[in-house]
Amino acid sequence: MLKQSIENLGNRTLEGVWRIGYATRFFVLILLHSGTAFRRFGLTIREIYFSGVLSLIIILVSGLFVGMVLGLQGYETLQTFGSEEALGILVALSLVRELGPVVAALLFASRAGSAITAEIGLMKATEQLSAMEMMAVDPIARVVAPRFWAGVISMPLLAALFSAMGIFGGYLVGVQLIGVDEGLFWSQMRSSVDFEQDIMNGVIKSVVFGIAITAIALYEGYDAPPTAEGVSGATTRTVVASSLAVLALDFVLTAFMFRGLN
Amino acid sequence: MNKTVLDLWVGLFVIAGIAALLFLALKVGSMNTVNTTDSYEVVARFENIGGLKARAPVRSAGVVVGRVTDVRFDNETYEAAVTIRLDKRYAFPKDTTAAIMTSGLLGEQYIGLEAGGDSQKLKDKDRIIITQDAVVLENLIGQFLYGKAQEGAPQ
Amino acid sequence: MQNDNLVEIEDVEFGYGDRLVLKGVNLTAKRGQVIAIMGSSGCGKTTLLRLIGGQIKPGQGQVRVAGESLGHLNQKGLYRLRRKMGMLFQFGALFTDMSVFDNVAFQLREHTDLPEDAIRDLVLMKLHAVGLRGAAQMMPSELSGGMARRVALARAIALEPALVMFDEPFAGLDPISLGVTGNLIRRLTDTLGLTSLVVTHDVQESLKIVDYVYFVSEGVIVAEGTADDIRGSDLPYVHQFVHGEADGPVPFHYPAPPYADDLGLGGLRA
Repeated sequence: MLKQSIENLGNRTLEGVWRIGYATRFFVLILLHSGTAFRRFGLTIREIYFSGVLSLIIILVSGLFVGMVLGLQGYETLQTFGSEEALGILVALSLVRELGPVVAALLFASRAGSAITAEIGLMKATEQLSAMEMMAVDPIARVVAPRFWAGVISMPLLAALFSAMGIFGGYLVGVQLIGVDEGLFWSQMRSSVDFEQDIMNGVIKSVVFGIAITAIALYEGYDAPPTAEGVSGATTRTVVASSLAVLALDFVLTAFMFRGLN
Repeated sequence: MNKTVLDLWVGLFVIAGIAALLFLALKVGSMNTVNTTDSYEVVARFENIGGLKARAPVRSAGVVVGRVTDVRFDNETYEAAVTIRLDKRYAFPKDTTAAIMTSGLLGEQYIGLEAGGDSQKLKDKDRIIITQDAVVLENLIGQFLYGKAQEGAPQ
Repeated sequence: MQNDNLVEIEDVEFGYGDRLVLKGVNLTAKRGQVIAIMGSSGCGKTTLLRLIGGQIKPGQGQVRVAGESLGHLNQKGLYRLRRKMGMLFQFGALFTDMSVFDNVAFQLREHTDLPEDAIRDLVLMKLHAVGLRGAAQMMPSELSGGMARRVALARAIALEPALVMFDEPFAGLDPISLGVTGNLIRRLTDTLGLTSLVVTHDVQESLKIVDYVYFVSEGVIVAEGTADDIRGSDLPYVHQFVHGEADGPVPFHYPAPPYADDLGLGGLRA
């Protein structure tokens, strides 16, 4: 029986490796066929609407609440050290460096990522992708690539909006509600948040997350078994896999970027 | 969905996103790098820099006049060599003192410049001769205890 | 000058792993004809269509369309050849995010540089040919099964291809739609000079409209002939199929141990 389990483990590892290879090849194909996505930018714009604009509500509302909670929790903790005026710094740095890119990415993965997977999976199940191929139109160029670039473009914008809303939320709670000095709030923030180190790094992170999430979503959709269970399983896998990928990439990028501060 | 309405929404979305980025860049953060063309570099040597890091501010009379760009260990003199980049608008005399200070009681460390009286000014690649090391807490406590012991001791 | 055969399938074998789906098939389709490929489910009919469309490659043998062997084509060549083919998928496979009009206009917009008014006219003409010109602005979700398939047919003939392939066009339709579909296939083949390959297991409808029939069973062609040949054939498989007999070469019982044993009537035979 032990032999059987080891065999199973071996098979699944091999299959996992094979899948990664296949997924990488798919990713390269998307990049190679991206010409149409840019030449006929209308296709990409349409997808930016579906991925980005339709995610706005959840991103803005979540950003606001996260910022407000940061304001509350931050104030509680800072007060014990007598450093209430550092609230602005706390809220801004937490959001811009980490929470903005990461939480926005996780929300994007669940909302837009799963929608992309379901859409493509369904198109595959109803033979729309085959029909397109038979009409001599490459589905990767026309259907997959525009969605990829739409995701990559939308993600940093959404992360920035999340962070901005969060800072506003922190301001609302800290300054308006609790009474931290408004001038101190903003001036302390300005002096500690560095454009290159913090903001640009946050933007880079969100672009990387966008690439990862959209690529995973597209792959799972394109590869889904053409049945109802197949598509629903693929959507679940997209959310789980891209969320894990975002968190893992976050660690790698943070270690890489913020190592130099010491 | 009508194509023009769609385009409108996407346009608004992109504008809002860029506005958020600009807000973050300008109102929240600040460009902290001192431009290389309107600045000059000087070096200062310390026996102990405490917790001073690169990108720490350099202040004089409380105003930021430059940034620490590099912190190195000199293996020959066994001292720390700190490179400072100063804004060209501010010229300091050659006998300026550079001291490592702490922001508040437990805050970040920065370099405080106190101008001397020399008529000659520091130029690019010059060295600040007079330096004051960081206050190391252990030494302070040691001094305090020693002092206390002294007080109690003479019999 | 040109070969009378639009499609030629020669000694083709195809399988997944070591399971062969097609074991040596020979088939030709003449221009201007309606040709039916019949057989029970899973015998390899749809595989044949996919081979002709170039979606899969044969393990052995050759597939030729308009004289060109599909095995030697790269993606560009394959796409070029596909513009001469139209395919009607079983449930239509219309693009759900576009209207009926946009679906039919799809190939015209992607592959030609025609101005929008010319495209409009062409689309309306195709829709008129299938009787759905009035439904041009509807979305696929608003169409019935039969209507969706007719739109898909209009879309398939948008570029006036030489070959149109139909994957189970009669499956699941009501009697009126059956008649309409069969009629459309015959009429369009004659008026547009197409070659139609119809994969189906609806014997009655197809025998009314076809010129030639191929019978596939277990990966080989077991019978072929004109509609009359098939109707009068006394080959056991063909007979069972045409007359809908419950038992024959295709057995009623799935292989199982003897009935008596299963019910335990064998007594003390264990």
